[in-house]
Amino acid sequence: MIKPVNQKAWFLVAPVLLIVAFSAVIPLMTVVNYSVQDTFGNNQFFWNGVGWFSELLDRSTDLGGRFFDSLGRNLLFSAIILAIEVPLGIVIALSMPREGWRVAATLVLMALPLLIPWNVVGTIWQIFARGDIGLLGAAVNALGVDYNYVSNPLHAWITIVTMDVWHWTSLVALLCYAGLKSIPDAYYQAARIDGASRWAVFRTIQLPKMQRVLLIAVLLRFMDSFMIYTEPFVVTGGGPGNSTTFLSIELVKLALGQFDLGKAAALSIVYNLIILAVCWVFYTVMTKADAKAGAA
Amino acid sequence: MARITLDHLAHSYHSNPQGPQDFALKEMNHVWRQGGAYALLGPSGCGKTTLLNIISGLVVPTRGRILFDDRDVSTLPTEARNIAQVFQFPVVYDTMTVRENLAFPLKNRGVDTQTIRSRVDEIAGLLDLTRSLDQNASGLTADAKQKISLGRGLVRPDVNAILFDEPLTVIDPHLKWRLRSTLKELHRKLDLTMIYVTHDQTEALTFADTVVVMHDGAVVQTGTPDELFERPEHVFVGHFIGSPGMNVLPCQVDGATAFVDGVGVALGRGYPNLSKTGRIELGVRPEFAVLEAHGDGLPVRITRIDDLGRTRIARVMLGDRPMAATVGEDSAFDSDRAVLRLDPARIHIYADGRRVDGEGAAA
Amino acid sequence: MSIVLEGVGKDVGGETHLDGISMALENGSLNVLLGATLAGKTSLMRLMAGLDAPTRGRILVDGVDVTGQPVQRRNVAMVYQQFINYPSMTVYENIASPLRVSGRGAEVDAKVRRAAALLKLEPYLTRKPLELSGGQQQRTAIARALVKDAGLVLLDEPLANLDYKLREELREELPRIFAESGAVFVYATTEPSEALLLGGSTATLHQGRVTQFGPTPEVYRRPQDLVTAQVFSDPPLNVVSARKAAGQVTLEGGAPIPAAGVFASAPDGDYAVGFRAHHLSLEPAGERPIALPATVSVVEITGSESYVHLEAGQNRFVALVPGVRRLDPGSLLTVYLEPRRLYLFDRAGRAVAADVALAA
Repeated sequence: MIKPVNQKAWFLVAPVLLIVAFSAVIPLMTVVNYSVQDTFGNNQFFWNGVGWFSELLDRSTDLGGRFFDSLGRNLLFSAIILAIEVPLGIVIALSMPREGWRVAATLVLMALPLLIPWNVVGTIWQIFARGDIGLLGAAVNALGVDYNYVSNPLHAWITIVTMDVWHWTSLVALLCYAGLKSIPDAYYQAARIDGASRWAVFRTIQLPKMQRVLLIAVLLRFMDSFMIYTEPFVVTGGGPGNSTTFLSIELVKLALGQFDLGKAAALSIVYNLIILAVCWVFYTVMTKADAKAGAA
Repeated sequence: MARITLDHLAHSYHSNPQGPQDFALKEMNHVWRQGGAYALLGPSGCGKTTLLNIISGLVVPTRGRILFDDRDVSTLPTEARNIAQVFQFPVVYDTMTVRENLAFPLKNRGVDTQTIRSRVDEIAGLLDLTRSLDQNASGLTADAKQKISLGRGLVRPDVNAILFDEPLTVIDPHLKWRLRSTLKELHRKLDLTMIYVTHDQTEALTFADTVVVMHDGAVVQTGTPDELFERPEHVFVGHFIGSPGMNVLPCQVDGATAFVDGVGVALGRGYPNLSKTGRIELGVRPEFAVLEAHGDGLPVRITRIDDLGRTRIARVMLGDRPMAATVGEDSAFDSDRAVLRLDPARIHIYADGRRVDGEGAAA
Repeated sequence: MSIVLEGVGKDVGGETHLDGISMALENGSLNVLLGATLAGKTSLMRLMAGLDAPTRGRILVDGVDVTGQPVQRRNVAMVYQQFINYPSMTVYENIASPLRVSGRGAEVDAKVRRAAALLKLEPYLTRKPLELSGGQQQRTAIARALVKDAGLVLLDEPLANLDYKLREELREELPRIFAESGAVFVYATTEPSEALLLGGSTATLHQGRVTQFGPTPEVYRRPQDLVTAQVFSDPPLNVVSARKAAGQVTLEGGAPIPAAGVFASAPDGDYAVGFRAHHLSLEPAGERPIALPATVSVVEITGSESYVHLEAGQNRFVALVPGVRRLDPGSLLTVYLEPRRLYLFDRAGRAVAADVALAA
């Protein structure tokens, strides 16, 4: 007795399906195809089975070594920026005004970094942090600190992390702010009556009520930072040495620098699978949290 | 525990109030005794919420003072007033169990674990929450959550007053009965000053010993439920309390007889000193106006009879004036003509909205 | 327009939200859906409106199967608990909004003014909704639903957000407004007293099922089962268990008495006895009253009446007695029940056939 409410809906979805087929499914199949073959150019392909994959997952090979190194860098980078951006975003959201004209002003200011194209962000920081002509770099050098992100890997990391924090903390802050705004006044009033300290209010009311948006913020920031490419590519080009070569940069080097299509294809498939797996974990956690909230 | 004194209290949301029309709360002087159960009753916008916020410390009054016993608390913040409050929508700490919720106010005040435990157990027993103590508070029903918010106030032994802000709004009718009688029982056992804000007369009347009826920023009558019902001091009280409210009919009074559109109505008292200029009205509750098929009484025309299950309410026309009346238990009507019997002792006369005391014996 | 539901059910995510609902709503009728929060009132209305498709069963409008037809193609109007109006339009424009698409000038104007008159909105036609009281805002929303000339008007607890007195006022007017319109009205409420005031027919809902559907006073006075009597009772229905054997009836906590009233014709066995608060009296009254000992727990005084909360053994009763009765909590007393005022339910909760016409 179940009837779809409106059959026409399928026609409306059809164009999207078509576009997705051309833009995602077909390229993905091509990549799969590449990943099991070897080529010496001239459009000549040889069957290689799972060769690329076993090489990729074996640390002792050149490909495996590069893969695991850049994967490690990626994970470290994501961990660092999450550890900075999430708490910082919460603190900023907590200190944002709740009403009056200042709300609009703050929101616009906060949104500004989010509106700048990624390669522009990269370029800004590439120049900003330069020791010779960059405002930041020159200022730090003038203070007597020998700062040079082009030659010092640690400095390169600090630059990229700072840039990401500058670029994306507002997103976390805005999401948290939305979560905070949805808490009814009665909760704060009740907490005051109960004699709760500022910290207790945060822990017992604000944090639980922000849980949902925080999960979304962590997911978005993790995914984005795990796939980061443009900014470090523009600022450091993956250097000095390989110190800021993340998976995405490694992939481009393989595919476009060395034209190792098979290796690059294998790497991108594994890269994809990692992201899917993490997505799935987040999705499960989020739906569980939702189910719990729904039962309440 | 405290006596609450409102001393020349008035509040305006305007920064520079000009006249009485600018005041959300007009000047009032009241003393609410320690241990009383009070209800602030009135329609939206009558100032009851403003008054509640002044008592709880969210709003600092423009004029006058508010005292808990002899201490002026007008400018003290909420947390320094030792009050408890139950809100319209249940407020519980979602991540905590019921026990942790109840313990929270004591923990914040650094009370030792042993005392907290015994106090929480005691309050949980009072509120019938013992069985769900170790459950997560977020999964409970709305009425249980309201009991938790109440319990968080009760665990503090030094609480001055408990404020209720329309606490039954989101509770289903069946559970309302249970929660209401729980509140009432608690009040009897604990000797606490309780103030209950509502627009619902049933809740106000059943909860409070003393009901404070507010209208347009002012208190129009303070009294026990039966006083408000039997002797409304103002036509607004007559209208607002009772369901349906009091019938109010413009009339002229001559001695102990009132004339409504020329129809004479016998009164239980005489009113020789009634002013000749003001607006004179007769008020009688539907409960004291009984509709009969025949007999002595005022001739009326029936427009509708509502069957409310246990009673029947008739809508009738006395001349051109609509009235509500109670239908006699086993009366049957075969035409739309009937008679209305009014109880003379229960008829009140109002001059410009205020009740006038009659002379002579009331039956 | 008439609407027939045939064995309608709705599952959401493996959970049954509604089941086995069959009812016929006649042209020009007022139908109250009475039930607690989450009993399924809103889900049922969504099916009637076509906002959701039922998992089982059929919905017929004027004899035509419309199951699964989307709301856009049905002629329905809806009023919600929240006051939903267009904030930037005047009251007049709000009421006229459903007509703008198809209507013509003078005709629209006449319809709007008629609806405004019916809902006493004439003085406010040029104002914006947010400048009005809650009652007037909801009147605007109702007027907009009426003006659409929809065959089916659904009202989902439309008075729940209003002040008590405003609620009373609108409740009184609604039956007249509905009668003049001639559409099928479906009105959801949690309050038994509201159902009684509105009259018409009432369907009692409990856990996704319609337990009884019929003329409102009939459902109130002759509930077919315990659940219906409980849903349609405010104060809550008092229930006590009873046993009949050898011509004698024993109510839990009471002494055996000769079987009379509803008990006379009932076979021997165990029963649940239900009675309403105003049928429990503190003085013996009527024919052969049954006496039960009880303890006063709380007394609530409304001014003209008193609700006496009692404990009788494991049972809790509420008695509604006339006048102001100040009884000390904890005091012992005897309460009385008239056998002819009782509802008798068997162990499955079904009403035992008896003459309960007088149990008002």
